[in-house]
Amino acid sequence: MSRPQPISSALAVSGPRRPPPERVTGIVAWLRTNLFNNMQNSVMTLLAVWALLVTLPGFVNWAVIEAVWITDDSRVCRAAAGACWAVITEKHRVMLFGTFPYDEHWRGVLVIAIVIGLSIFSAFKRFWSYWLFAGWIVAMVIILVLQLGGVFGLKETGTHDWGGLPLTLILFVGTVVGGLPMAVFLALGRRSDLPVIKSLCIGMIEITRGVPLITVLFMASLMFPLFVPEELTIDKVLRAQIAMMLFFGAYAAEIVRGGLQAIPRGQYEAADAAGLTYWQKTRKIILPQALRIVIPALMNDIIRAFKNTTFVSIIGLFDVFGATATALEDPLWVLYAPEAYMFIFLLYFCFCFSMAKYSEHIERDLAKGRNF
Amino acid sequence: MDDAMPENQPPQAETDTNVIVEFRHVHKWFDDFHVLRDINIVLGRGEKVVVCGPSGSGKSTMIRCINRLEKHQEGTIIIDGTELTDDMRKIEEVRRSVGMVFQSFNLFPHLSVIENLTMAPVYVHGIPEDEAEGRALELLERVKIPEQAWKYPGQLSGGQQQRVAIARALMLQPKVMLFDEPTSALDPEMITEVLDVMIELAEAGMTMIVITHEMGFARKVADLMVFMDEGQIVEAAPTDIFFDNPESDRTKLFLSQILTH
Repeated sequence: MSRPQPISSALAVSGPRRPPPERVTGIVAWLRTNLFNNMQNSVMTLLAVWALLVTLPGFVNWAVIEAVWITDDSRVCRAAAGACWAVITEKHRVMLFGTFPYDEHWRGVLVIAIVIGLSIFSAFKRFWSYWLFAGWIVAMVIILVLQLGGVFGLKETGTHDWGGLPLTLILFVGTVVGGLPMAVFLALGRRSDLPVIKSLCIGMIEITRGVPLITVLFMASLMFPLFVPEELTIDKVLRAQIAMMLFFGAYAAEIVRGGLQAIPRGQYEAADAAGLTYWQKTRKIILPQALRIVIPALMNDIIRAFKNTTFVSIIGLFDVFGATATALEDPLWVLYAPEAYMFIFLLYFCFCFSMAKYSEHIERDLAKGRNF
Repeated sequence: MDDAMPENQPPQAETDTNVIVEFRHVHKWFDDFHVLRDINIVLGRGEKVVVCGPSGSGKSTMIRCINRLEKHQEGTIIIDGTELTDDMRKIEEVRRSVGMVFQSFNLFPHLSVIENLTMAPVYVHGIPEDEAEGRALELLERVKIPEQAWKYPGQLSGGQQQRVAIARALMLQPKVMLFDEPTSALDPEMITEVLDVMIELAEAGMTMIVITHEMGFARKVADLMVFMDEGQIVEAAPTDIFFDNPESDRTKLFLSQILTH
């Protein structure tokens, strides 16, 4: 059977590979594509420039030109027209360490260094393992020794002395290090075949997610002592810590569950076929994959946990935010609260922004599918 | 229920040590759906069975019952003398002697090729790491990709991944290998490299149950052909008879459909 000559045709060509055509670069091209690409955006750009021109000079004048940078005399500040950054140098010890004994502040510095150091270490993917988690637990023990004292010739300092950035960081690290395993167990439990475990986990997650953190903290600090016999009093910091951990754990559990659900059924089956038990399968196959998927989402919750530590100032703990409020009770310096709070704002921003940037980096890295 | 087909009485194989897989009157339901209806199969050591049939015929469910990825509700399944029940220890024993290769490879993407191979032997069976690694490299040699040992599955082609999966299943020196449509997810150019490995394995004497529609492969290695439809074994016959002289019209229709083009 012969077919008629088709109308369809194609050309066979062999040509060398070459680089793509060059893109237009330069300031003018950038401005045109990014700021003036159409009428609305041009108007918005001009409005934004106008707003900056109106506000920026005044701010720079207040914050830099007329500002007082260093003085121990608040009257100098009162005489000046600009900001009084001197309040920070004057009060930084109280703001950063609260009521912790003045001579023992080096212990607080060590705590801060340990937390930041280990966080940076943890940021590298090649160190990710269950051992890293063990490292955090060891770090927690060292931090507790440093903060409680009473051993190795350290002066004893109870939790009522704790305050400032070390307290903020301890609450934060405690929340995450304690809350993550809880989240994993809750998420696994929620998918369990055993009805009792399953409903326990669901109840736990839903009840905790159903109330605001602040009420959980109030429960822990005010109502809990009413129900529990006096001999059983649990430390106030510990109570706040447990409340924050539960709260973080319940939220993170739902994120981890999302990761578990994203693992294809074939992974479970391959592990079963190879004879792995439930826990071997979970530990070696499922969790490493599921946790990697949810890292960006978890980072979001971790950042929130960091910011949530400020709530403890409401129940009378002096985290860095509460300690600043205390520092500003000094009538000589009370006028300069905005400057002090701007410093605290910057402090929180540095922590949270670096975590957010890191999360972005991890997300991009995972999207590339390297090692995966 | 099997009174209607007296000639399909299962062979008496209970005590025969040459039998490694035995299904007797096996039934299974997915909710109300009767997915396996009175399955009877006996597989002798070193022999190869190829199972074919349209999708939804229950062939995949059937071989997944062998290592208890699916649980049968009625009837008896005996693997190498061990009857499959809810007893987890027996299931683990059976899984140790049964290797499985999946349609979608199911390699562990977060582990390197060599770790994919050594994971189960090292963590489940306590084989020393260097011994497991040695065996893994040997097997990768055998499936002709020793140079990929340190890569991750995502860096390999489909054909390479499936060969890694075969090597992984061989790590525990299984007595039976199950293949669940091992080439269905592969590009045509890669099917041959996987089939070659399977043929080599068959020639080395491995006992195999293979679900495939690669009829060239089936003709070459199968001792017994099984055709399933709607949860039943419609026809089971030695390979030559199956292809040249099938009994049932359903089998003839199926064969004519997959053998044209």
